[in-house]
Amino acid sequence: MVNTEVTIGKLTLKNPVMTASGTFGYGEEYSEFVDLSRLGALVVKGISLKPMEGNPPPRISETPCGMLNAIGLQNIGLKKFINEKLPFIKGFDTCLIVNILGRTIDEYVRLSTELEASGLSAIELNVSCPNVKSGGIEFGTSQKALGRLTRKVRKAFKGTLIVKLSPKVSDIREFARLSEAEGADAISLINTVPAMAINIKTRMPVLSNVTGGLSGPAIKPIALRMVWEVASAVKIPIIGMGGIMNASDAIEFILAGATGVAVGTSNFRNPASVIEIIDGIESYMRENGIKHIKELIRGIIC
Amino acid sequence: MKDNIKGSNIFRHFKAEVKDNIELNKNHFLLTLSPLVENIMMPAGGQFYMLGVSTLYDPLMKRPFSVFRFSENRIQILYRVRGKGTAIMSRINSGCVLDVIGPLGNSYPMPPKKYTPLIVAGGIGIASLFSLIHCLKDKSVVIYGAKTKSELCMLDDLLGLVSGLTVCTDDGSYGKKATVLEALNDIAYDRDYLLYSCGPKEMLRKLAQFTLKKGLKGYISLEETMACGLGACLGCAVKTKNGYKRVCKEGTVFPIQDIAW
Ligand SMILES: Cc1cc2nc3c(=O)[nH]c(=O)nc-3n(C[C@H](O)[C@H](O)[C@H](O)COP(=O)(O)OP(=O)(O)OC[C@H]3O[C@@H](n4cnc5c(N)ncnc54)[C@H](O)[C@@H]3O)c2cc1C
Ligand SMILES: Cc1cc2nc3c(=O)[nH]c(=O)nc-3n(C[C@H](O)[C@H](O)[C@H](O)COP(=O)(O)O)c2cc1C
Ligand code: FES
Repeated sequence: MVNTEVTIGKLTLKNPVMTASGTFGYGEEYSEFVDLSRLGALVVKGISLKPMEGNPPPRISETPCGMLNAIGLQNIGLKKFINEKLPFIKGFDTCLIVNILGRTIDEYVRLSTELEASGLSAIELNVSCPNVKSGGIEFGTSQKALGRLTRKVRKAFKGTLIVKLSPKVSDIREFARLSEAEGADAISLINTVPAMAINIKTRMPVLSNVTGGLSGPAIKPIALRMVWEVASAVKIPIIGMGGIMNASDAIEFILAGATGVAVGTSNFRNPASVIEIIDGIESYMRENGIKHIKELIRGIIC
Repeated sequence: MKDNIKGSNIFRHFKAEVKDNIELNKNHFLLTLSPLVENIMMPAGGQFYMLGVSTLYDPLMKRPFSVFRFSENRIQILYRVRGKGTAIMSRINSGCVLDVIGPLGNSYPMPPKKYTPLIVAGGIGIASLFSLIHCLKDKSVVIYGAKTKSELCMLDDLLGLVSGLTVCTDDGSYGKKATVLEALNDIAYDRDYLLYSCGPKEMLRKLAQFTLKKGLKGYISLEETMACGLGACLGCAVKTKNGYKRVCKEGTVFPIQDIAW
């Protein structure tokens, strides 16, 4: 038996594999295809205080080895999430992480306190969505704003606090260090990379929002480099994501310094991919005589 | 994968072997799949499958296709080559194994007795409506139009199914020289028609105006680019009079008057 247990803040995950926010709905959508209890953690679609409508279609488009999305954070809002989605998720034996987003610091604080009051023990601050006009990425690209936000939420929320960083900065290490200094328990990275595509027949952008976030295998090398950089900058655990499609990709992130990995776009292509990645990591460990996953974290030789 | 929710052993994610991939005419193919598991879920007319067309990462996503015809161990897909994914699909040989998710989405509701179904198919929209036509046979009035003769598919099968079939082409190369909308105008409205339609967005939009004017009710099947097909990514949203709805989940079939064009 290999031991794949990892600790992130106050959470103990049975394995390092999670779902990336926004790519696994509220869990329900995939429960027919995946035994949710096998997941290290379930990270749900970003939640705001009030329901959000999202952007007009077309919202997604494919690019070579990747996809662009400009969903615009459509979500059902906090109240509906707590009343209608949470009871279902609670039926599974996995850690739950709620991804939250606000337009103001006050909204993030209210979201975290209300989630804590309903028994939620882990949140991920989405400060990196490229697809909304206010809030979102502003917090992720200004050190001052990110520092203030993390500090305020840390004060209000006792549970595990994860800050999800944007790749849209010149030095991601500074944002990671800042989050750590202000009390984050873990850092997750990366969110999608701002990008675009044009239809040359119509001369129009492919997405109605003009630009969107690029995800999938196309961004993996960028994400991996950023995880590796951040691993040397902070002591808190890192959740790595960006183009993880199989166990081998996941192991690369772990070797680069990730304690946990999140699977996003791959779920769309293959609903069973999270399970295949969990199994694949275990096989790799067995084949290579690795007893505990901790032996692999930051195991890169360079 | 097992259908865990119902605790039964019905599969909606499975591997299927390609039995046939026949070129019907310019750009149109008929793909026949044989699922490699026994107990797959039976589809209904209007539902669709997500097909993995490549094991490489480009194209990355599965592609959505309507169920054209179905028997116990065969799924047939009628498709048109549009871009990268369908071009790869057109070169797939018998014996290849594809990853399949489905059936997904809702289906065309059966018409109540007092209505005559009026089925309007534009271009490859016939793929989605064929199983409904098959089911209703001579109970329905069918209009099928395409740009030109070489884009009409499965005509012999259709002619064998319905006697009230109007075929039209934009350039007059086969059947009536008309668009489906023009062909519609020639129909006498002395009965209660219930519309069912699938085709290009512009055609459906004009059809919505037409039904409003004539006081007709009906259903249309919509297309949006899809990533998951399962309701998770929210990529396939369409604006309805009650906010955004997911084409893959709340659709693909919507009451025609519900769409905010
Ligand atoms: C529910 C559903 C059922 C469908 N059923 C059928 C069917 O039975 N037969 C059939 O031939 N086609 C069907 N389609 C359309 C089919 O999915 C697309 O033609 C296909 O995904 C294009 O893939 P591609 O890689 O060849 O094109 P790409 O290279 O991805 O794109 C080429 C061009 O096609 C357009 N396109 C891409 N995806 C779609 C889409 N989903 N809808 C409309 N245009 C698109 C793009 O905008 C682009 O201009 C269906 C679509 C949906 C949503
Ligand atoms: C359709 C879609 C929706 C997303 N929604 C969210 C979201 O609500 N909150 C968030 O923090 N990240 C969101 N993301 C970003 C993913 O969680 C992830 O960081 C990114 O997609 C990179 O991973 P991947 O390449 O494995 O998909 C979304 C990504 C996609 C593709
Ligand atoms: S395709 Fe993902 S929600 Fe419809």
